[in-house]
Amino acid sequence: MFFTKDHEWIKVDGDVATVGISAYAAEQLGDVVFVEVPDLGKVLTVGDSLAVVESVKAASDVYAPVSGEVIEANGDLAAAPETVNADPEGAGWFAKLKIADPGQIAGLMDRAAYDAFLASL
Amino acid sequence: MTDPSLRRTALYDAHLALGARMVPFAGYEMPVQYRDGVLTEHRWTRDQAGLFDVSHMGQARLRGVAPLAAFEEVTPGDFIGLKPGKLRYSLLLNHKGGIIDDLMAGRPDEDGLYLVVNAGCKEGDFKWIANELAGQVKIERLEDHALLALQGPMAAAVLAGHIPAIADLGFMETTRLNAFGTDVIVSRSGYTGEDGFEISLPNEIAPEVWALLLSDERVRPIGLGARDSLRLEAGLPLYGHDADETISPIEAGLTFAVSKRRRDAGDFPGYSRIKRELDGDLSRIRVGLRVLEGAPAREGAEITDASGAVVGKVTSGGFSPTLSTAIAMGFVPPALSLVGTPLSVIVRGKSQPAQVVAMPFVPHRYVRKS
Repeated sequence: MFFTKDHEWIKVDGDVATVGISAYAAEQLGDVVFVEVPDLGKVLTVGDSLAVVESVKAASDVYAPVSGEVIEANGDLAAAPETVNADPEGAGWFAKLKIADPGQIAGLMDRAAYDAFLASL
Repeated sequence: MTDPSLRRTALYDAHLALGARMVPFAGYEMPVQYRDGVLTEHRWTRDQAGLFDVSHMGQARLRGVAPLAAFEEVTPGDFIGLKPGKLRYSLLLNHKGGIIDDLMAGRPDEDGLYLVVNAGCKEGDFKWIANELAGQVKIERLEDHALLALQGPMAAAVLAGHIPAIADLGFMETTRLNAFGTDVIVSRSGYTGEDGFEISLPNEIAPEVWALLLSDERVRPIGLGARDSLRLEAGLPLYGHDADETISPIEAGLTFAVSKRRRDAGDFPGYSRIKRELDGDLSRIRVGLRVLEGAPAREGAEITDASGAVVGKVTSGGFSPTLSTAIAMGFVPPALSLVGTPLSVIVRGKSQPAQVVAMPFVPHRYVRKS
């Protein structure tokens, strides 16, 4: 699992990256009441808005940690947005991307680096 | 990362001890939520009793030779007719009939008026009142007083355990009495749509009373996040969003705050505009919207009619924990304000169906005695 400074994570399996937000981000957001996942086939460049999570108070963008095409979106979140709080780094994933440039992964943090980053906040 | 320019209420340490997430709000560091989170806090207030620190709000005493009559010069309310023991919701109006602030004004005793105004407006409000009513009134700010709100169906039972006399108080009634070893003002009022009380008391004893009320298992601390979702469900406007200096009481759907006697007399600020609007020359009015599908529509989202034409904007909106759907308030032309009117809201470029619904979104449960 790799993390961004905006608290997204990706899990890489071959050329497919599953994207979600970290437990820290989910805790900071508070109760998630709505999730907008991307349409299939959408081509995202690193940093593009991939999903929107809404808490009671506010909407927050989730950015694509790497570039790629959306090949699957987590449709379960429409009926159960609270999954993002309950299991942010598992069942609360948003989408799967077909990775366009594997080289971008090297720019992300591993768990230890992310933990150190959180400690510095 | 505390901003030294931010003020703290007497309960700041108590909030931290309860695990509050503090945010800047109207110049204060205030708790947006505690460990329970906004949804749980919201539901707890609807089911049990929630305790809110609203000490950032502006409290003051207005005194003078004829303070009630004087206060009518800056509001459209009937204050000459306000009897001791009564509390009234009113509006501070500018000369064009725009809303400078909304406020509570009451007579907990025979000593002039007791005012509570919005935190973000308080400096301007008191300056405005002092200028407009120069020579007629004296304003004494109660900066050394905290304000607690205890809201929810269990609020009366909890508070009666400490102040038995509150059982006689009805909604929008206020009284000054001795409790917690000191002089306090208790009003049966609030900003949640639930039965509840607001208690004004000296800062020195606020932490002790806060802890005492929280020691009751029916009471939990509630942050500003749930305060906002509760007031939204209750259909209550938030100043600076659903009302501002360009919006009149009629546009804001607050016609009830323009008293009959004052309308007949035509003697309040901005009367000519408000009279025109009352006579039907109205370009926009605040409505409640239920978002039938899609994401919550937040402040600033455009409202469109069936043809897709933009007819207004959302002024506050979010997710309703009670209704499990997105709700919003916004301004539309009167012709589109009837309950049932199909409209749409534009969220992130997508048009989502919405419908005009009656407010409150969730029924009020006030306890009236008279």
